[in-house]
Amino acid sequence: MSDTAVQVRGLRRVFGERAVLDGLDLTIARGEFVALLGASGSGKTTLLRILGALDRSDGGEVLVPEVRTIVFQEPRLVPSKRVLANTVVAMPRGAATRETGLRALREVGLGSHADAWPGTLSGGEAQRVALARALVRRPELLLLDEPFAALDALTRLRMQDLVGELCRRHRPAVLLVTHDVDEAVRLADRVAVLRDGRLVTDAPVGIDHPRDPAHPAFAALRRRLLGDLGVHQEIHRDPASPAHETHPSAPSPTGATLS
Amino acid sequence: MSTATRPAGKLVTPLPDLPGDRPRAVSLTVRTLGPLLLIGAWWTASATGLLTPDILAGPPDVVRAVGELWGSGELPDALAASLTRSGTGLLLGLVAGVVLGVVTGFSRSGDELFDSSLQAMRTIPFLALVPLFMVWFGITETAKILLIAFATTFPMYVSTAGGVRGTDRKLLEAMRSFGMGRLALVREVVLPGALPSLLSGLRLSMTLSVIALVAAEEINATAGIGYLMSQAQAYARTDVLAVCILVYALLGLTADGIVRLLERFLMPWRGQGALR
Repeated sequence: MSDTAVQVRGLRRVFGERAVLDGLDLTIARGEFVALLGASGSGKTTLLRILGALDRSDGGEVLVPEVRTIVFQEPRLVPSKRVLANTVVAMPRGAATRETGLRALREVGLGSHADAWPGTLSGGEAQRVALARALVRRPELLLLDEPFAALDALTRLRMQDLVGELCRRHRPAVLLVTHDVDEAVRLADRVAVLRDGRLVTDAPVGIDHPRDPAHPAFAALRRRLLGDLGVHQEIHRDPASPAHETHPSAPSPTGATLS
Repeated sequence: MSTATRPAGKLVTPLPDLPGDRPRAVSLTVRTLGPLLLIGAWWTASATGLLTPDILAGPPDVVRAVGELWGSGELPDALAASLTRSGTGLLLGLVAGVVLGVVTGFSRSGDELFDSSLQAMRTIPFLALVPLFMVWFGITETAKILLIAFATTFPMYVSTAGGVRGTDRKLLEAMRSFGMGRLALVREVVLPGALPSLLSGLRLSMTLSVIALVAAEEINATAGIGYLMSQAQAYARTDVLAVCILVYALLGLTADGIVRLLERFLMPWRGQGALR
């Protein structure tokens, strides 16, 4: 199975009495971008942490590639290291590493910030450093743990575009954990919904990039996913309308979020 | 809004009262004002006869004594002997404190192994150890240096362990996920993060090193500031005693200045960027 990056069979994880993950199956092909949706406490971050070897499983089989990197919800930069040193953290020192680090920073548009302290960066810039830090290791599996959740709406849209573009260029297998339905549909090749410890939906997104939220297929998929998440929209406005859903009960323009 | 009820007056530039934009010269002057006032009060007291020389010599006498002691080479010799002692002892204490602090703060088994015994030893007044050290090591430099090392280990230990325990666990997890080893974690993440605690430990240890120095030198020393003091005590030379006290005070002040400098140079990432 050389074309498989992640293979999870019957995964269980129990916290106290509660089985957060209960017989979960998931396969991600190499180069495939999978978004995982779920309400708070549904175990999506737990699954990501198990794949990233930050947490243990209580049963089942998990196979992941050797080189995995994580972008956390917060940037998690070492305050005492400059931006470039943060990017190449734990990599062998030397001119070659420096050069790859600088290239990664240029890719995220921060080439001129290599010598800045993390404390001087804005939230979006810090998160872009975290992205460069994850990509510079050429991961076979990139784990994104709600990486845009702490960003403002505009920065979030730009970050989503950047992540989408870089993932299409470097083609790692990606697992994006999010509770933003629009974000999932915008970026992923496949969207899965986690509920009651297993995946209840696993749907390919057959829309060409760049994806327009006003596209009928986009809106239909969004509605279906929201339904799977237990959010039922009462009023469906014309899905082709560019200024979609302005009804107060409808999701915000940046996406339907569950919290 | 407010312009509707009030006549349209002239506009003003908002002037935020931010900390830290005071000129350096002003802040330095204010800082030296306190000690200068103290000296002024001392001077006035002895000039008006409130403070007689048999209680404490006045500043002119003390200045004369400094000249005399410096000229005879007694003061430089004593100072050199004392500084070597407290410096060596402090260095040993700091190294021991940092190593023990990192071990107990960073590893659970280290904490279980060492912490309770160190906490027990911490409450032993180091003065109580003076006779014991004399028995063990005799009237030697070793006894004095070890006494200072013992005294300075514990503030450094407590501060380091606290700082290391306070390291951001999310940051540690992230660094581990990128493959950073334990030693590199301590060197590149834990210690820089614990630097503020390390420096406050250094402050406390430096003060204690001077205190322990006095204790060590008051007993059977043949050189050093403490020796100079016990000599002066024997001859009731309050001017020399005042000189020695001033020397100790200056040592404390210098130690504080060193830590302030270290704070500025060791943590260049601090004070950068906005508050958030």
